Amino acid sequence: MTLLEGLTPVAATGLFPLAWLMIAIPLVSAGLFLVLGKVTDSFAHYVATLAPIASFIVAVALFADLLGRPEAQRAVSVPLYTWITTGSWTINVGLLIDPLSILFALLVTGVGSLIHVYSIGYMAHDPGRRRFFAYLNLFIAAMLVLVLADNYAVLFVGWEGVGLASYLLISFWQHKPTAATAGKKAFVVNRVGDLGLTMAIFTMLAFFGSSSFEAVNAGASKMSPAWVTLLGLLLLVGACGKSAQVPLQSWLLDAMEGPTPVSALIHAATMVTAGVYLVVRSHAVYAETSTAALAVAIVGTVTLLAGAWIGTSKDDIKKVLAGSTMSQIGYMMLAAGIGPVAYPFAIFHLLTHGFFKANMFLGAGSVMHGMNDDVNMRHYGGLAKVMKITYYTFLMGYLAIIGTPFFSGFYSKDSIIEAAWEKQPVLGGLALLAAGVTAFYMTRLMFMTFWSSKRWQDGVHPHESPAVMWVPLVLLAIPSVVAGMVMNAWIAGWLAPAVNGEVPLNPSWLPHITVIGVVTLAVVIAGVGVAYLVFGRTSIPESVPYTRNVFTIIGRHDLYGDAFNEAVFMKPGEALTRGVVALDTSVVDGAVRGSGALTLGLGGGLRKLQNGYVRSYGLTMIVGVIVVGLALVIGRLV
Amino acid sequence: MTTLLEIAAPTIEYRLLGPVLIVFVGACLGVLIEALVPRHLRDEGQLIVTSVSLLGALFVLWRTWGPDWRAVGAMGAVSVDGPTQIIWLLILVFALLSTLLFAERKLGGGVTSFTPMAAAVPNSPLERDAAAARVEHTEVFPLLLFAVTGMLLFPAANDLLTMFVALEILSLPLYLLSGLARYRRLLSHEAAMKYFLLGALSSAIFLFGAALLYGYSGSFTFGAIDAAVATPSEHDTLLVAGMVMLIVGLLFKLGAVPFHSWTPDVYQGAPTPVTAFMAVCTKLAAIGALLRLLYVALGGSRWEWQPVIAGISILTMLVGAVLAIVAKDIKRLLAYSSVTHAGFLLTAIVGASTATTGLPAGQVGSAAAIAIYMAAYGFATMGAFGIVMMVRGAAGERNDLAAWQGLGKKHPWIATAMTLFMLSFAGIPGTAGFIGKWAVFSAAWRGGYWWLVLVAVIMSLVAVYFYLRVVVIMFFTEPDPEIGDVHVALPGLGTTVVIALGAVMTVLLGILPGWVVDLATSASQLLR
Repeated sequence: MTLLEGLTPVAATGLFPLAWLMIAIPLVSAGLFLVLGKVTDSFAHYVATLAPIASFIVAVALFADLLGRPEAQRAVSVPLYTWITTGSWTINVGLLIDPLSILFALLVTGVGSLIHVYSIGYMAHDPGRRRFFAYLNLFIAAMLVLVLADNYAVLFVGWEGVGLASYLLISFWQHKPTAATAGKKAFVVNRVGDLGLTMAIFTMLAFFGSSSFEAVNAGASKMSPAWVTLLGLLLLVGACGKSAQVPLQSWLLDAMEGPTPVSALIHAATMVTAGVYLVVRSHAVYAETSTAALAVAIVGTVTLLAGAWIGTSKDDIKKVLAGSTMSQIGYMMLAAGIGPVAYPFAIFHLLTHGFFKANMFLGAGSVMHGMNDDVNMRHYGGLAKVMKITYYTFLMGYLAIIGTPFFSGFYSKDSIIEAAWEKQPVLGGLALLAAGVTAFYMTRLMFMTFWSSKRWQDGVHPHESPAVMWVPLVLLAIPSVVAGMVMNAWIAGWLAPAVNGEVPLNPSWLPHITVIGVVTLAVVIAGVGVAYLVFGRTSIPESVPYTRNVFTIIGRHDLYGDAFNEAVFMKPGEALTRGVVALDTSVVDGAVRGSGALTLGLGGGLRKLQNGYVRSYGLTMIVGVIVVGLALVIGRLV
Repeated sequence: MTTLLEIAAPTIEYRLLGPVLIVFVGACLGVLIEALVPRHLRDEGQLIVTSVSLLGALFVLWRTWGPDWRAVGAMGAVSVDGPTQIIWLLILVFALLSTLLFAERKLGGGVTSFTPMAAAVPNSPLERDAAAARVEHTEVFPLLLFAVTGMLLFPAANDLLTMFVALEILSLPLYLLSGLARYRRLLSHEAAMKYFLLGALSSAIFLFGAALLYGYSGSFTFGAIDAAVATPSEHDTLLVAGMVMLIVGLLFKLGAVPFHSWTPDVYQGAPTPVTAFMAVCTKLAAIGALLRLLYVALGGSRWEWQPVIAGISILTMLVGAVLAIVAKDIKRLLAYSSVTHAGFLLTAIVGASTATTGLPAGQVGSAAAIAIYMAAYGFATMGAFGIVMMVRGAAGERNDLAAWQGLGKKHPWIATAMTLFMLSFAGIPGTAGFIGKWAVFSAAWRGGYWWLVLVAVIMSLVAVYFYLRVVVIMFFTEPDPEIGDVHVALPGLGTTVVIALGAVMTVLLGILPGWVVDLATSASQLLR
């Protein structure tokens, strides 16, 4: 193992000064269609789809350029302008293109483009189609700001931007009260996380006088242990909010109220992984504090178990996938918490997950499209025969997520489990267990949707989706299969300099056979087997069966996450509010009326002075002169 | 033996003082137009002369911009230094925008906001006849230019007499202009009368102070006063008394509490274009003059005036905010808002953060902070008053806040622009107002007045309340069915440009403040 020094950014040359185009194109497109309004209804979706494709082309060009550079010059800073500067601190607006951020840019624009194309079909008959595409463009722009920023303050702008886009898109069908509430919930829960991130940024500004990654990386080692731990924990709070990690996980399941392409793009492939990006980006902070790093790993492990658990007991296909997303991000968080050895694996899994989960979400959307927007898997069954393309592409995603050898998820997830097993055996063991649970719930999903006998409701005639929808599915299925093989040998070495990671020796595209790898495979096979025994041999009831299985009941209630929030935050909050209101009406009202009265009284009193008589104005002035004079004289005597 | 009284011909740096001279010549030409040009051509003629002379002044300013040109000119009477030039720049730009508002006709159905015959008794047959004959007072344009002349001279004055003369030059046209509103003539008359009486009182106080300070230092020039202040003397009662009176005279123009009483009445009564002009340009001139007086002439007794100005600043922010909360009229609300802004500006004055007090080069000091703040405030104010002109009833503008209810539904763009201006006034990040607040606060902080910054931040939070009240009224209040005839008229090109430019600059300065900060810091060196 060799440990490399972090990269020092070099000045932008060649194409790099144009990197801002990646952000500007979708942003302008979003603004244009929101402002121009109805006149663009007929073509907005086509033009809006071109925007992320254009950004993708820029990203590919930059990526090719980076590939051709020597390792030490692969971080390029693109300063744009100085936002605020004052004596002790400066905030510049600039971009940082390095091995880490360019991978994100490729993922966001690449998967984003496919999802735009898919949405042309999916949203074809929606009256708000133009608005939808404008919001999607806005999301792409904000997400690119988030990952390309060269400092935390600008990252935060993108962070809030994706939050806004997410809010707008979750509650896109705002006429449905559930959608409106879900949007609100996501908004509120994310505020908690944002508080953590803003506090972290203030801490950085206070200590380093700057929020740039460079300054923080350089300065982290000089902070006192207590402060650096606090900084790490604050960043973790931010990451938890955005990435739906326990205890801020509750919004993600509800977020499935949004249109399915949104779930695929924002709530599976890109935005929810921003927390992982934040932690990996802050590697210098976590290098100084094992406490905060351990907290990250624990949060990741808890979430990966919780998500998998929820996944086992839901009947709503999107919620199963959402639980699965939580769980997979938990894997990434775990990897990010383990430290330098696993940073590349966190990002590796993030990328492969981005492909196969977007693939499966879009597949779920295609299924819903054929099933009159029904999401209940108990009404599916036997779809493998009628929706062949959807089925086979989904199958690729399925094989990838459970970790079938040579599929993408196999490489990335096994690497994490192995690394965790080496560094934190307890967490590694739990991650291993969750791999079995993942296999179980995904197999259950496959049985209930594609394999078992049909349980279609009356009037539902499943059919394959149009080409504009299945072509993206195919294009996502390919990397779901091969991304692992292609990147396995390469990604650790590529990312290592940017994240201060360690480069494993002898990387190869062949699976690295270890004891733990074999055990993982055995656990996965066991998970699939159990699912077959439970769902494969008997028919699946159309209504939710009564159960005494306490695990199922807890799972069906999202592990009582909402109840917990309600009991711990809402009820005391309400009680507090009631108390405050009571206090307000009895005691404070006096004071409030008092202060209201004071304000009004003051206002009244002042208004009495402001009576319109020029003589009293004149008097006020003379009195003012005397008072000012007296103040000066008294100041002199004191 | 008799000595002959020798009067040397004064030397004038024509090019350096060009902006003032051009505006003055333009004003004189305007008077000639009134006398010689046929009535139906006067309007266009005046508009052309006014715009051309303001643009010409801007052109000369551009040609003489920079540290190489800056000097004390006109035999020591006028100091054209960095702060002077940047304030000139702002005054000229905003005067140009005011001209566009002055010339607005489309809103009033072909007539301007000014009365057809100022001398007529309100509602008299004479007035009605004049209105029917479409008579107009095109004199408003030369009056504007005369006022601008005074405003340009005021912050550049390098001795007390020049300053006083400039004060009078800028005040007299404003008294007249305030009384020229087309509708609610009595209110307008009253405003003009009040403004004149109180202005005269403040001028008297200023002049008295100048005399006392002359008695103390034996000179009117700021340099000599500064030298006298630097030499300690036991008999400095004259200094204290003179200082107080001069400061009061300037604070009156600035609209600081307790010398602000005229503001709401005059802002309300004056024609709205004049209000916009006064709210921005007068404030610019006054704060520039205060800056020069306190820093150049009285810099030596900084320790004495700083706490007093700090107290006035707090009082100004507080009283302005409290009165704005109870205001029921948009123009009065904006007047009180301008009072609170005067308070925020004073925090930068209190900071006294200049090169003399150890400000590193290239950093934002008091002078630069004031320029940045006024740029932000100016664009938002111009835009806001432009919108005020558009909300109309049967008899001219409807300024009562009730008439603004539900504006957001009917005219979302206009309400959005107004919201933008309100947010900028409130200092919300992302708007120009935030950068302005940040600049003045950092100047005060540098000067060691951290507690004042603390109070000012709290005050700015209080102020958010009444700005948001306007937003709430526009967007979240159903229109009262009994508010009568309210409609939003579409303005002509000029007013549209003013509002659009205001909105664009408010956003632009908020997200790309770098260039204006650089411009202001590069022009912050005071000359003596």
